[in-house]
Amino acid sequence: MSSLDTPERSAVAVLRAEHITKNFGGLVAVSDVSVDVPQYSIVSLIGPNGAGKTTLFNMLTGLYRPTEGRILLGERDITRGRPDVITRYGVARTFQNIRLFGAMTAVENVMIGHHTRMRAGLFGSIFRPPGVRREERETRARARELLAYVGLREPVFDQLASQLPYGDQRRVEIARALASEPRLLLLDEPTAGMNPRESQALTEFMRQLRDELKLTILLIEHDMKVVMGVSERVTVLDYGKKIAEGPPAEVRADPGVIEAYLGRQE
Amino acid sequence: MSELRAQLREWRAAVQKRLPPWWSRALAGSLIAIGIVLPFLFSSSSGFMNATIIAVTYAVMSLGLNVVVGFAGLLDLGYVAFYALGAYSLGWFGSGFFFKEHIHVLVSPIASTLQGVHLNFILILISAAIICAVAGALIGLPTLRLRGDYIAIVTLAFGEIIGVLAVNGQSVRIGSGGMTLTAGNLGISAVDAPYFPGIGSFSLLDLRPWYWLIFAILLVVLFVNLRLRDSRLGRAWVALREDEIAAVSMGIPLVRTKLLAYSIGAAFGGMSGAFFGTYYTVVNAGQFQFGFSIFILAMVIIGGLGSIWGAIIGGLTLGYINNYLIPDVLNGLPSHFGLNFQLTQVEFGIFGFLLVIMMVLRPQGLIPERRRRLELTAEIAAGDAQFMESPGTAGGAT
Repeated sequence: MSSLDTPERSAVAVLRAEHITKNFGGLVAVSDVSVDVPQYSIVSLIGPNGAGKTTLFNMLTGLYRPTEGRILLGERDITRGRPDVITRYGVARTFQNIRLFGAMTAVENVMIGHHTRMRAGLFGSIFRPPGVRREERETRARARELLAYVGLREPVFDQLASQLPYGDQRRVEIARALASEPRLLLLDEPTAGMNPRESQALTEFMRQLRDELKLTILLIEHDMKVVMGVSERVTVLDYGKKIAEGPPAEVRADPGVIEAYLGRQE
Repeated sequence: MSELRAQLREWRAAVQKRLPPWWSRALAGSLIAIGIVLPFLFSSSSGFMNATIIAVTYAVMSLGLNVVVGFAGLLDLGYVAFYALGAYSLGWFGSGFFFKEHIHVLVSPIASTLQGVHLNFILILISAAIICAVAGALIGLPTLRLRGDYIAIVTLAFGEIIGVLAVNGQSVRIGSGGMTLTAGNLGISAVDAPYFPGIGSFSLLDLRPWYWLIFAILLVVLFVNLRLRDSRLGRAWVALREDEIAAVSMGIPLVRTKLLAYSIGAAFGGMSGAFFGTYYTVVNAGQFQFGFSIFILAMVIIGGLGSIWGAIIGGLTLGYINNYLIPDVLNGLPSHFGLNFQLTQVEFGIFGFLLVIMMVLRPQGLIPERRRRLELTAEIAAGDAQFMESPGTAGGAT
């Protein structure tokens, strides 16, 4: 058990969460969890419903503040950082229940993702000097590129996000996250609601993201086929505690994990 | 009904396709030209001219509130506070109210001999905008963690505080010379009329210059609105309005973005307040009633929440109804039917009735915002599609 409490220190951890605890009143949602995400790796976070996976994501992105513990992004302490600042530092995420801006088009949604890399301020927006015009034009073009990159086709680019089919909405959300030019991408159940073929395609796409865009990916996933297929490391949470960690094959064989998922064998 | 709408949409698309690319510029140019020559069609001191000036000022306020409520989705029920602060900026910096001071900047020869602070109207306009922008940010701060109705309550309270402050400001002493913060219900009177070197002072006998002045202010405010809507900042406002958590997670700074919406909206309110101050020639605490906040909000909603052209049309419509149609045209109407009251006595009832009718017949407003229009047409299209399919497959397809 002691190896779980002090994760191996890989030389280049993009993200390092150290002894994170989160209490909501009397409820301990996450308890003393440490996770290391090495650079250019794909790490999965699994566990039964209510295990605290999304709570951990919310702390990593600044939506919640940990009650205890420390979160490092590279060398930088982001434990108490604001969400928008953490995004600027290079962390982007998607949501379990898709949270697109319904009244905006797909392109506009992706342009919002680029917000933090743009510079136009109040007076720049009003007077539109050439630099602002160029920035706006480039952002729009980049958004279209990204939408094409995640596999959408031209006709849906200018449709309202709320009108798109479910699968396309997931893609737009990934494109929006990519538009912030992240180093670390957090995906919260990206294959939820997908059929096996789509899940397989997404698995390949995650590898492609890592290799082409030099991304590091941390994902929450329920589909074991995806988890075993794509991740180099797996961390298992149960009742807010880390119960296992390691390569997928090892974790799958772990008696504690089997118990958490299937219950104790009498 | 929906077929008719689809047909109309088709025609509109067809017309838009055939128009040359410069048509929108040409349209804007001709609208501005019409706006400029409009006063020559009417007597220079007629009641209609007066109503037009007030209606255009309402349109400026409506545009300001539209930034806060329409763009950023922050329901502000205390907008009258910025009218008050703008008007007091004029009272403070453009009259003999601070009688111990002798400050004169670019004012008419007559005003420059008077005691008090006398700044050029443009400078007052700028200072009103700055004062209100700061006040707007201050009122925004406590509402940052609130949503929806709770924001409305805080802003409502802020509007009331300013109103009470205006009444009781006559007991707040400034310095030792007996100067006070406001003149309460007596009002700050004898404020300067706008003066421009080379043109001279404005006079209430000739309303045309007043009209051109507020028309110019409207154009500036309109320009800023249009630019902001299609900008990085405008997108961020819409994103915050749609989903605050997703917006901050995508890197939009919550505090700065929201406060900018409050400040910009407030600055426009302050500019129109300063204009009203000089146009009404008095800054009186009784002018700043809670009802006026609702009145401006009604303009924004009737025009179409979030729609720039809607805000202008809403402001003009209610302005004309309030200041021309009811008092000048229809006021004696009840007496024709042997009723012993005047229409101005029931004007709030009339506005309430109009608002209800509006909500029933056209809830999206006179000129709906582009996004809302897209949403509505998409819903209609989806409804049609569902109607075409058999009920069994409709559920499965979505």
